[in-house]
Amino acid sequence: MSEEILRVEGLGIDFGGLTAVNNLNMTIEKGKIAGLIGPNGAGKTTVFNMLTKVYQPTRGTIYLNGEDITKKTTIEVCKAGIARTFQNIRLFDKLSVIDNVVIGMHNSLEYTTLDGIFKTRKYKKAEKEAYEKAMDLLKIFSLEDDADTPAGSLPYGKQRRLEILRALATNPSLLLLDEPAAGMNPSETKDLMETISKIRDRFDISILLIEHDMKLVMGICEKITVLNYGMVLASGTPEDIQNNPDVIKAYLGGE
Amino acid sequence: MANIKDKIKNIYKKKNSGVMSYTIVIGLYLVMEILMKTGNLTNLIKSLLVPCVCYIIVAVALNLCVGLSGELSLGHAGFMSIGAFTSVVVSGTLEEVITNDILRLVIAVIAAALVASIIGYLVSIPVLKLEGDYLAIVTLAFGQIIKSIIGNIYLGIDEKGFQFSFIEDTTKISENGKMLISGPTGATGISRISTFTAAVVLCIIALIIVYHLINSKDGRAIMAARDNRIASLSVGINVTRTKTLAFVMSVMLAGAAGAIYGLNYSSISPAKFDFNQSILILVYVVLGGLGNINGTIIAATLLYILPEMLRSLADYRMLIYALILIVIMLVTNNDKLKNRINELLRRKKKHE
Repeated sequence: MSEEILRVEGLGIDFGGLTAVNNLNMTIEKGKIAGLIGPNGAGKTTVFNMLTKVYQPTRGTIYLNGEDITKKTTIEVCKAGIARTFQNIRLFDKLSVIDNVVIGMHNSLEYTTLDGIFKTRKYKKAEKEAYEKAMDLLKIFSLEDDADTPAGSLPYGKQRRLEILRALATNPSLLLLDEPAAGMNPSETKDLMETISKIRDRFDISILLIEHDMKLVMGICEKITVLNYGMVLASGTPEDIQNNPDVIKAYLGGE
Repeated sequence: MANIKDKIKNIYKKKNSGVMSYTIVIGLYLVMEILMKTGNLTNLIKSLLVPCVCYIIVAVALNLCVGLSGELSLGHAGFMSIGAFTSVVVSGTLEEVITNDILRLVIAVIAAALVASIIGYLVSIPVLKLEGDYLAIVTLAFGQIIKSIIGNIYLGIDEKGFQFSFIEDTTKISENGKMLISGPTGATGISRISTFTAAVVLCIIALIIVYHLINSKDGRAIMAARDNRIASLSVGINVTRTKTLAFVMSVMLAGAAGAIYGLNYSSISPAKFDFNQSILILVYVVLGGLGNINGTIIAATLLYILPEMLRSLADYRMLIYALILIVIMLVTNNDKLKNRINELLRRKKKHE
């Protein structure tokens, strides 16, 4: 058995009296692409928010690479190696496309505020390297020609891709993608699928994605977890999930 | 590979390194100096030069806070006031020790910037936990508190050293000593060591600091935190730290500008730095364009000079000033008007 990058044990969160997610157990192996699916309101995004500590889980533990990260803050989780995108795109709209990516490298730029104000050699070197690296990243999604347009004026599909690049710039070991294909047409989705696999191979990272597009999920995920009403309904390979009667019932309804 | 390098170079070129701002300030400085040397400036204009540059600096500083960091502060006049009175005390104390005016001015400005940034940091701890309107209200209150505190300080110096009292004047300064701050009257008998050149030098330094900050990772983080807080956290940006940095930098520059401002008059009273003053500076920033430093410089210059030019209108002065502000606001925010102007420009180009 290969190494685990993420292990979640008994994770749960209550909002007042409402239990949004309960007793979630999940593991992701290193270098794998995993999927998190479920009907609307099942708690998928809430799981992402707990993993990145936007919400503090009420119960349970999260291990990243064997290290307990349950008590860490959003910033510390990012430094530990989890990066994410958002369902409703959250870019830095007024900043340029390349600056959005460079901001992702914020913590890997090793110069101080004073270095910046005095424009020391350290600052110049780090900035130059950062912009070169950002340009390299932009090439993944062929965004290099948009490098200096404000992120907010990009078309929707490109904004989604830029958000993935910004997440990659933080140098993560686990990438969380929240509906990366939302609003894309079938051919765009196909491109995206290929790129996601390419990203995994090139950066040697693991990916967990939430997606409603079953073609994409079944196509690239090696393991799928199905959530319903905040609980794990099923988990396994795409074939297992497709043939699981509970999952079919949850999606299509009926007895 | 060369292609990529060219592209990056282009991006670097398009980055706002502030050449335009430096040009405007130095240009204004040279024009004014030439006019002064040739004796073409009235005394009124001469007396406006230093305060005008001070307001430019404070407006640029406030733009860092409001435009780039997105935190509405209504208390910057208070920090200017801290700077002004700190510099007056420092300069007054050192008057006999350091006879070189320039050196004393530099020390006073640095002290003012330090005191303002320390108080700014302390204020930022509770203040930056708030957002939007609440932040505006609290900074407004801080501005008023600073005004009231300084208005009740009695500080004097004689051969026995400093003497301090609060609310009531119980200091007994001997004949050889002098009062540095005397409550609501403020400071009097200040030796006026500020010069137009010193103000412009500080302005250039302030611009360098702001532009270099904008183009560093901290500047990007400040703007990122403004555009999207949650996304900033998710890429590991310490939002509280960046917001504090922007606020402290901003009040530090306001304090330094206040120092030059204070040492330009023979007397200043704390009442001068009231709420209206803060609003006035905010008006410069808003009309100049949030985040637009060139605009801020131009707006601060014009809007500071304008009411002085309108003095001949006596009582109608502020009325006309307000009307002009409203018209500018309407014109710059009216899309129809903007489109029409653009169309006219386009037609003109076609004709050419």
